[in-house]
Amino acid sequence: MSGSRLAEGGSAIDRSRPLRFTFDGRAHTGFAGDTLASALLAAGVSVVGRSFKYHRPRGLLAAGVEEPNALVRLEDGPRTDVNLRATEIELYDGLAAAPVNCWPSARFDVGAINAAISRFIPAGFYYKTFMWPDWRWFEPPIRRAAGLGRISTSPDPDRYDERHAHCDLLVVGGGPAGLAAALAASRRGERVVLAEQDPALGGAALWRAATIDGLEGAAWVARAQAELDAAPETTALVRATAIGCFDHNSVAVLERLVDRRDRDARRPRLRLWRVRARRIVLATGAIERPLVFPGNDRPGVMLASAVQQNLERWAALAGEAAVIFTDNDSAYAAAHALVGAGAQVVALLDRRPAPPKPLVEAAEARGVRVLPGTEVTATHGAPALSAVTARTRDGATFKLQADLLAMSGGWNPAVHLFSQTGGALAWDAAQALFKPSAMVRGYDVVGAADARFDLGGALEQGWRAGGGHGAPPAASGEARPWTFSAIGRVAAPGKAFLDFQNDVTVDDLALARRESFVSVEHLKRYTTLGMAPDQGKTSNVNALALMAELTGRGVAQTGTTRFRPPYTPAAFGAFGGRMRGELFRPRRRLPAHDRHIEAGAVFEEYGGWLRPACYAHAGATPSEAVREEALAVRRGVGLFDASPLGKIEVAGPDAAEFLDRVYANAMSTLKVGRARYGLMLNELGVVIDDGVTARLAEDRFLVGATGAGAARIAAWLEEWLQCEWPHLDVLVAPVTTSLAVLTLSGPKARAVLEAAGVDIPVDAAAFPHMAFRDGRVAGTPARIFRVSFTGEVSYEINVAADRAGELWDRLLAAGRPHGVRPVGIDAWMLLRTEKGYLHVGADTDGGTAPGDVGWGHVLKRTHDFIGRRSLTRPANLREDRLQFVGLEVVGSSAPLTIGGHLKGAGGDEPSDGYVTSSGFSPVLGRGVALGMVRGGRDRLGEELMVASGPERGARVRVTAPGAYDPTGERLNG
Amino acid sequence: MLLIPCPWCGPRDETEFRCGGQSHIQRPEPYGAVGDQAWSDYLFTRANPKGAGRERWVHAFGCRQWFNLVRDTRTHEIAAVYPMGAPPAEIAAETGR
Repeated sequence: MSGSRLAEGGSAIDRSRPLRFTFDGRAHTGFAGDTLASALLAAGVSVVGRSFKYHRPRGLLAAGVEEPNALVRLEDGPRTDVNLRATEIELYDGLAAAPVNCWPSARFDVGAINAAISRFIPAGFYYKTFMWPDWRWFEPPIRRAAGLGRISTSPDPDRYDERHAHCDLLVVGGGPAGLAAALAASRRGERVVLAEQDPALGGAALWRAATIDGLEGAAWVARAQAELDAAPETTALVRATAIGCFDHNSVAVLERLVDRRDRDARRPRLRLWRVRARRIVLATGAIERPLVFPGNDRPGVMLASAVQQNLERWAALAGEAAVIFTDNDSAYAAAHALVGAGAQVVALLDRRPAPPKPLVEAAEARGVRVLPGTEVTATHGAPALSAVTARTRDGATFKLQADLLAMSGGWNPAVHLFSQTGGALAWDAAQALFKPSAMVRGYDVVGAADARFDLGGALEQGWRAGGGHGAPPAASGEARPWTFSAIGRVAAPGKAFLDFQNDVTVDDLALARRESFVSVEHLKRYTTLGMAPDQGKTSNVNALALMAELTGRGVAQTGTTRFRPPYTPAAFGAFGGRMRGELFRPRRRLPAHDRHIEAGAVFEEYGGWLRPACYAHAGATPSEAVREEALAVRRGVGLFDASPLGKIEVAGPDAAEFLDRVYANAMSTLKVGRARYGLMLNELGVVIDDGVTARLAEDRFLVGATGAGAARIAAWLEEWLQCEWPHLDVLVAPVTTSLAVLTLSGPKARAVLEAAGVDIPVDAAAFPHMAFRDGRVAGTPARIFRVSFTGEVSYEINVAADRAGELWDRLLAAGRPHGVRPVGIDAWMLLRTEKGYLHVGADTDGGTAPGDVGWGHVLKRTHDFIGRRSLTRPANLREDRLQFVGLEVVGSSAPLTIGGHLKGAGGDEPSDGYVTSSGFSPVLGRGVALGMVRGGRDRLGEELMVASGPERGARVRVTAPGAYDPTGERLNG
Repeated sequence: MLLIPCPWCGPRDETEFRCGGQSHIQRPEPYGAVGDQAWSDYLFTRANPKGAGRERWVHAFGCRQWFNLVRDTRTHEIAAVYPMGAPPAEIAAETGR
């Protein structure tokens, strides 16, 4: 094969702009408008890659997205992209590409040893061979040897964009049929989006002779494009591939915005369009089928349409002496194009014994020798084609010298997107292809995608699908409709490839048949046919026809695999779009965030909030800072930002009744001005949240939820109100983010509050534990709760969120004489662990019932509540359930690791429980821990062994929860 | 991605909604009179229709209202949308597609 550039012609290229590029380490030049594939073809490069399994040398087969051989790696470094088809890469100056799956180069590839041993590695080889002793032994080296190309491991420096679009009509495919549809709808004033994967509109009109409305094809396309561009509600996208059709007329379209030529631009590289359309017209065209004969993968064997397209669009001549091998009419056009380009057409072999006479005569009139009933039985040449062996109907064989074999085995409508919508396909025996049958509502399939291969028919179909009135664009001077023949392989010895990308041959299919992998889905997975980036674009139908032949079932019965998105490979970055890094899941910041920064906060994320874990200062490690903060609360006073605490107002005449149903404990008995701790369960009787609820008025409550549960619990309450108890007159309003909560905690908390200025009495008698008061703190309207998460006297001061920073300053200033310290969440959690207070989600899991955490008394209630009935299921009444206890390490002051399993002396269970919370208590000078232990409340004092983790073998004693101040005297002071 | 006609906000993308599963499940009461089997059925037993089924959805990133809809599990076709508390929608006889 010796490709070259014609002296003139080529509608897509600009000869005034030569471009330099390298491929496989060698320098070449091409023109602006070239694809990498056309430039390689014109530069005479015949071997563009190696096959996946046997590492056979491969050349270009196709000219579009279906190209299975020319998979390349583009560029080096962080922008490396692999498995790109050379036919889809637009050439730019300085482009550097290399073939994948070969080393050191495509011309000389060490992996080609696989070709020599190919008879020992048939389909299913791995499944059969690497079974003993364990596939896992073999997997790493096999994975290393497999795969197509290596990606960059550094972060992706490119930017990606996304866009949501809504339209009346989405047209996929900008060929004549698609353009006709878009024009029709656009003229009706509809909002139209047209997506064409090629850099240019026009489809087959760009390279196949056509006259539409009296204009030469390209001129008609240009006029149509101008009209669409001028229509205000119409968007015609090029370089935009519809990669998937999803439910309810949503289609993902991937638009390529900048190629590497614009490398340093800050513009996004890809844009993912999520299009929702009232109607969708699929004008996706058709893909030419290879013929199946021995040696059909030799470089120099190309699809006839690809040969023709390269000539017309890029003036790239694939070879000087061509043989054409076909079983249908379409390849005759390639013969004419080759003759027109000055190439020698050695012969046109038509498998059909009697091809249509006018075609034969027209070819012969241009000096092409047509040999009916003749087929190719072998190809020769290394690495590229130099000759073919042909066989006539009576068995005579002869050799033809040729460096190009242009083949056509018919056409497959590109039904991938249609199939993704759930549309059914039917086998059309006359044209030997699968085409859309049962339509899905909202979709039309037109043109070659619907097996309409005549231009006039395609235009009319598109026009009608677009809602066009009157006469459709008319084709004139068109040749007679194509005729086809049944799919058949050439029966001759040698490797005949079905799937070029995955190296699946006729013999592999026969093997699969012998081993009963005859269902199409099994066949695909057993042989790898139609897998990977290619998804069987050129191979599927040939393989199905062969399997039908082998099983005698017929193609219609054999069926097809379901086509899956994406239609062509898509970069992951496109799906992430702009939501990367910080924007992937935006973190919420506390109202006084800047004050925490000033105080030296070390931030971490808790339940979506960025919260101070501790406050660093010179001379202390983070863990030392945590201990200092915890000690400050025990001995003096700490200031903690509790703003994320969930706050939900529940109001209405039935509010108390509603809360009686959603809490495991009663809330209707709560007095106005008082607060009560409560547990919420789900219907399975599992604890899902806890918090302190205050009664603001007879008909108004403020429900407290955990910080992480704030949104979830508000939604939970709404669901029960709206779906189960709509007759209850209650309103639910989440108010978490409108309030900031600053908590003073410690023996000196009251002194600091008074120093800051408070206009209500805050002494223990006037303002007891579990009460709340409205007043002013440092001049700011506030609602103060006396609740405690630390076991010390605490005042939770709720103020409007925008007053948080000011209040923080005032409390710190007032507390300075008392040694107040900002306290982070790590110390806060340590303090509650010392006290043995439950932390839902840390100490509990998806199986924890209230009885397990010491709340068995809720069963004494007569009122129904969510989860009530589940608590009396036999499993809930067992005494050996995991129960919440304290844990004390025997003979060590080191803290335990959370998650460590515990095991008692007797019993058959592998584990008797585990550690759920743990830390080093500075006030006690030893580790403190909480855990869930089987039947734990009856095992107080028992010693268990740590059975897993770093402290494995250590002994722990089961205690009641709460190592510090177990009687809770400090709380009420 | 489904296009769901919220009765209050109009057609919106599925990502704005959350599915709450089968609708019209009666919560058995009073708790003292509900047997284990009946309670288990209420908690766990769900219809798994091949075809039209009644579901409840909430427009979680919108008006936050719950509503019922009839969805065909084979085609995702949404045949009806109706408010909570309304009687179960009629489901058309099984039709092949």
